[in-house]
Amino acid sequence: MNAAELIKKRKSRDLRSSLITYGIVVVFYIVVQTMVNTGHISSLMKGLLVPICVYVIAAVSLNLVVGISGELSLGHAGFMCLGAYASTFFTNVVGDGLPELPRFILAILIGACVAGFFGILIGIPVLRLKGDYLAIVTLAFGEIIKNLMNVIYAGVDDGGLHFATTDSGLKLGEGGKKIIKGALGISGTPKNSTFTIGIVLILITLFIVLNLINSRSGRAIMSTRDNRIAAESIGIPVTRFKLMAFSISAALAGVAGVLYAHNLATLTVKKFDYNTSILILVFVVLGGIGNIRGSMIAAVILTALPEMLRGLSNYRMLIYAIVLIVLMLFNWAPAARAFRSRILEKLPFGRRNAEKEES
Amino acid sequence: MAMLDINGLSISFGGLHAVDDFNVTIEEGQLYGLIGPNGAGKTTVFNLLTGVYKPTEGVIRLNGQDITGKSTVEINRAGVARTFQNIRLFKEMPVLDNVKVGFHNQHQYSTLTGILRLPKYWKVEAEMNEKAIEILKVFDLDKEANTLAGNLPYGKQRKLEIARALATDPKLLLLDEPAAGMNPNETEELMQTIRFVRDHYKMTILLIEHDMKLVSGICEELTVLNFGRVLAQGPTAEVLKDPAVITAYLGE
Repeated sequence: MNAAELIKKRKSRDLRSSLITYGIVVVFYIVVQTMVNTGHISSLMKGLLVPICVYVIAAVSLNLVVGISGELSLGHAGFMCLGAYASTFFTNVVGDGLPELPRFILAILIGACVAGFFGILIGIPVLRLKGDYLAIVTLAFGEIIKNLMNVIYAGVDDGGLHFATTDSGLKLGEGGKKIIKGALGISGTPKNSTFTIGIVLILITLFIVLNLINSRSGRAIMSTRDNRIAAESIGIPVTRFKLMAFSISAALAGVAGVLYAHNLATLTVKKFDYNTSILILVFVVLGGIGNIRGSMIAAVILTALPEMLRGLSNYRMLIYAIVLIVLMLFNWAPAARAFRSRILEKLPFGRRNAEKEES
Repeated sequence: MAMLDINGLSISFGGLHAVDDFNVTIEEGQLYGLIGPNGAGKTTVFNLLTGVYKPTEGVIRLNGQDITGKSTVEINRAGVARTFQNIRLFKEMPVLDNVKVGFHNQHQYSTLTGILRLPKYWKVEAEMNEKAIEILKVFDLDKEANTLAGNLPYGKQRKLEIARALATDPKLLLLDEPAAGMNPNETEELMQTIRFVRDHYKMTILLIEHDMKLVSGICEELTVLNFGRVLAQGPTAEVLKDPAVITAYLGE
């Protein structure tokens, strides 16, 4: 086969792979919507649909840092928290001043910008260093954001926005509105998030991440992952591209946070702790580091599973643990990978994966 | 004007003078060899040339431009590309992409263009593919364009490193032991490729090598390093007959 054909083959393979990923999301949406419409889904599961979208976006965006740029981030929930708080604050300040949809779109953009901005702020000093410093700093960052949000009081009156660190310290004028109430968080946010919007945001996230990976900047990011010294030797500014991956990932985590916050009557920081960061990392590791589709599927399964197993009461976490181990073996054990590639080879459009497994 | 002009280059690590008062002038289009026993400081010279280390003293001029103390990225943009003694490929990326990363500063489009797949993306990517194949053909790697670089056999990995360096469109190419681990046939083939690269791309090449057949076969001039100092310098045939070089490095 000559080189031109090889490139053509590669192109159609990449295109097919992306289409399969988008296709899975669309099919998932259609199936779930049909089940909702025909009443074949419990109300508990219905309540999980938006969180599933949230975790899928979070997992895909974290994979950009962990899998594609090869850095470890342990503070993804911190960026979600920033996105969540910034956007709900905005939504509550604006109130009925704007119609629902444009207000929500603006909220999403604000959440993404604030989280992305903090991503750049943290990345600039830390990504210049070689080694695991990012993991340490992001771990601390997540905790700092959580504790900061826990003591912040904010409100709005005719004089503009007011911030304080104690309830009594927050002096608002006549007709002022308290929005962030320290540990009590933000309540009364309109529930703008829907499953449909969640799916649209997943598709946008996938579009950004997949297209980024298969572009000039994506290759530069992956080169810094594979060999930093060699990347510098061919003129790639390593810090800049690591920073790009990290801040895009942070902005997308912010979007996940916006979606999450607009699904709750009361938003508090409790959910954005260390455990959530680790949970998202678990999705990424189990789904396959650098494997966008895998992290997406792992996020869906592992978010829905505890709910599906509710009937088993005490055995629930036991089975959850077993599923974790099985997933890990399925994705990482050499024998399982060989088995999977044999199966995929027999499927009509599984060939791309089979080739990937071989390597 | 000389392509590369190094004057009084020195670096010390603690009390150790790894390279001490190193001078060399390489003319455009020359194939120049840097040889010497293990630990003589040959790779350190490369690391100084490419900005991995900052020299304690001395001046490096590329085509008249002072590049002393600049960063690796800036030096590459100024026109110096290199390969590594211990192969440093992007192992998880296909062969084609390894070369395409090398085009980073030659064929550009913005990140946003890439994400939105604007027309410029398709145009520049097509250009890159065409040029990448052209380079891969020189090294007989075009059939393996889609193979992951880490899965190539050793000899081909060495060649891919040269291909990637060439993709950055350098004026000066530094090869660090290109023939290491190759059998005599592969080395013979490599010699022809290096000559071809020099003639076809009008390249100036500085190489470190222990394989004397390759060195005497293609290098026009040599510098011999020993304990960080220049032991001998001049046309290949003369240097290899120098008694000091024979004692220190070649053996009787």
